[in-house]
Amino acid sequence: MSVIYLVLPLALVIVGAAVAAFIWSARSGQFDDLDTPAVRVVHDDKD
Amino acid sequence: MVTEVMREAAAPATSPDTTCAHCGLPVPAGLRDDSVVDQFCCSGCRTAYAILNEHGLGKYYSFPERREAPVASSGRSFEEFDHPAFAERYVREVRGGRSRIELYLEGVHCASCVWLVERVPLVITGVVRVELDVRRSLAVVEWNAADVPLSAIARGLDQLGYTPHPFRGVERDTMRRREDRAMLVRIGVAGAIAINVMLAALALYAGDANGMDPAFARFFRWVSFVLVIPAFVWPGRIFFIGALAALRTRSLHMDLPIAIALAAGFVSGAVNTIRDAGPVYFDGLSVLILLLLAGRFLQQRAQRMATDSAELRHAVAPLSARVVDGPVTRALPVEALVPGMVLDVRAGESFGADGVVGSGQSSVNVALLTGESRPVAIAEGASVFAGTLNVQAPVRVRVEECGESIRIARLLRAVEDSARRRAPVVLLADRMAGLFVAAVLVAAALTFVIKWRIAPAHALDDAIALLIVTCPCALALATPLAMTVAMGRAAGRGMLIKGGDALELLSSPGTLVLDKTGTITEGVTAVVSCEGPEWLRPMVLALEEGSSHPIADGFRRAWPGVQAMTASSVRHVSGAGIEGAVGGRRVRVGSPRFVAEWATRVSADARAAMHMNPTMTSVHIAVDGEVVAVAAIGDRIRDDARQSLDHLRSQGWRTVMLSGDAQDVVSAVAITLGFAPSDAVGGASPEEKLAFVERLKARRERVVMVGDGVNDAAAIAASHVGIGVHGGAEACLATADIYLTRPGLSPLVELTEGSRRTMRVIRRNIAFSLGYNVIGATLAVAGLLTPLVAAVLMPASSVTVVLASWLGGTFSRSRTA
Repeated sequence: MSVIYLVLPLALVIVGAAVAAFIWSARSGQFDDLDTPAVRVVHDDKD
Repeated sequence: MVTEVMREAAAPATSPDTTCAHCGLPVPAGLRDDSVVDQFCCSGCRTAYAILNEHGLGKYYSFPERREAPVASSGRSFEEFDHPAFAERYVREVRGGRSRIELYLEGVHCASCVWLVERVPLVITGVVRVELDVRRSLAVVEWNAADVPLSAIARGLDQLGYTPHPFRGVERDTMRRREDRAMLVRIGVAGAIAINVMLAALALYAGDANGMDPAFARFFRWVSFVLVIPAFVWPGRIFFIGALAALRTRSLHMDLPIAIALAAGFVSGAVNTIRDAGPVYFDGLSVLILLLLAGRFLQQRAQRMATDSAELRHAVAPLSARVVDGPVTRALPVEALVPGMVLDVRAGESFGADGVVGSGQSSVNVALLTGESRPVAIAEGASVFAGTLNVQAPVRVRVEECGESIRIARLLRAVEDSARRRAPVVLLADRMAGLFVAAVLVAAALTFVIKWRIAPAHALDDAIALLIVTCPCALALATPLAMTVAMGRAAGRGMLIKGGDALELLSSPGTLVLDKTGTITEGVTAVVSCEGPEWLRPMVLALEEGSSHPIADGFRRAWPGVQAMTASSVRHVSGAGIEGAVGGRRVRVGSPRFVAEWATRVSADARAAMHMNPTMTSVHIAVDGEVVAVAAIGDRIRDDARQSLDHLRSQGWRTVMLSGDAQDVVSAVAITLGFAPSDAVGGASPEEKLAFVERLKARRERVVMVGDGVNDAAAIAASHVGIGVHGGAEACLATADIYLTRPGLSPLVELTEGSRRTMRVIRRNIAFSLGYNVIGATLAVAGLLTPLVAAVLMPASSVTVVLASWLGGTFSRSRTA
């Protein structure tokens, strides 16, 4: 059971990484416009 | 769903050879050219098609979903876009010497629009990047100013059917975007913490039930304590800031009881963690922070949706004026005008500055400023005001006042002032909050004192448990959620509500003050009746063809299906009428005096129709020297006005008509619509309207002002609830609490009934959450409240309120959504 002392902090580090990634994506504006990217991808071509 | 309908309507599968190669709509017979493959419905589509093919963008035509509307380019030169004053206001410099602007585009609909607009860099060299936000029709354009002027880009977009307008709200938009991102980050952090604290709590509860090594229990308590600290100092901080602000201004705010409960929970949890005994409430607290933040975010977004749509709408208002410069005229942004310039204002355009008519005769629609529905004649030397509409003929105007000193700007400052003076409305939930704080603090103190006598060991624990379990989470969510849902549904029904307080104020009857022109009436000159033979109609239309006079427009709108004949030797007589030859007969249309000069005989029908409503302007129609028809021209009362007003009166509303129009016109309309004679006030200037509303307010009446013009704006701002109607002026929309996107007065009925239902849902929500709190408080006082019970009870009350808000009938659901 004492493995919890190692695993739980490790899990929290991973959570911290996920939260950091979310903060980065929110601050770089990836949630500003939730409609256009969805329609943009429909007609995307390689030009 | 909408596109499905459009495609069906636009695809005449039976004759594919006659559809427009660009937009797919049927090609009118007159434009069909059988010698070529590609057919076009209009020259706009032809141009757009040529541009796309020339630049290898033919792929556009392979998309199943396209914009199925003819390309309606404005054909303007957009030269004002190149002026330094324009650039200073709207264009920003970005890295690499590029310029950047945000443009509002007309006609953006679907995925293929995104594709096409974002490929503009391929069409216009010098444009580096275009990015389109399809929901808001806002495009960010970046270009090299050295390679291409902005006007060329604007013309290019215009030719493709996306007429551009500068977006005025850039600053506010950036600020909001920053706020939104910060809120999103807070919710994300609060969510991550809540989930992990709950996991630790789960382990603790399971340990309680099955026995756990105290060392592990201590570990999990410490983990949840450490985790919950960032939730308090980062996302949760806003509640403490709000509570402090409320304390400082000595006002009641929901943040105060929330902050008390959060602080009590945190401090007692921290103490209990350190001394390793007693309950910790960290799971409940972290979930609470998350729920409260999410609720606040949703409410904010719903309110913005309402303001945004009104703002985007008035971003379309014209911003330029044509300045006469020697032999040529140039378009300039209104910001660049200076006194002494001479403007060329065509019929149908509005004036860009206050000034004096230098040459020309015309009539002006000043309804925006005064509410007067009949056009006012102007001649050389007459004063004209910015924002009013030149109706009849081109005039030259010498600029006297511009910028901040124009009359309309002064009026707008009055509007801002009265908006600032408006007393803040104390919402039901906030009023409850004050009582609530007092009751909870008293109950906690009593619990402590009484328990101290009976069982001193539990006194402090029980008092703190009481403080925590009574955290008004559900109470705090009750009002905003119900209002958010109601506002969202109302928006779907064409009623944009900017603040929840308007709903509360509309839920019980008061005094409803209505403007006349444009609110009760349609605000445009229309043919209300025309007594005379039908064979006249093609002849009248023939004479009026090509005339931009409001009466000519009125005839065209009154008889939409009638095909005009052709007229010859047409002569306009300013201020009198028009005459000409149609089908071999002489026809005269105009004022009774003008027609009587020439027509001596009067037909029996026409004579019978001559005595009519004094509020209408008579137009006589004569053929070959005989008056054969009489038309009544005026501002038509909206079809649903009588019914809606009667309904509102039956609910207990007092209705008052307050108009800038002449008293005789106002009285006549009042009789038709059942207003009491004392409640029909005419000839009111914008300042008098404001004073009228202030007088009502001084008598402690609840005043709802409904209007459409700048002349109503100050009164709208001063009233308890201001409502701007469909097609209203910018200032009016900006200050109104509610803006109707649907014409007519029936939305008013829906608003009052919807508000009443919303308030019922809110009261029910408050009853629910108070019920939960009573149960929780009883358990706490009895010493039965374990952390597990608290953890279940607190979110359960919030979820009940969320469900009740969602399911409660407020506004009927939108038909289009």
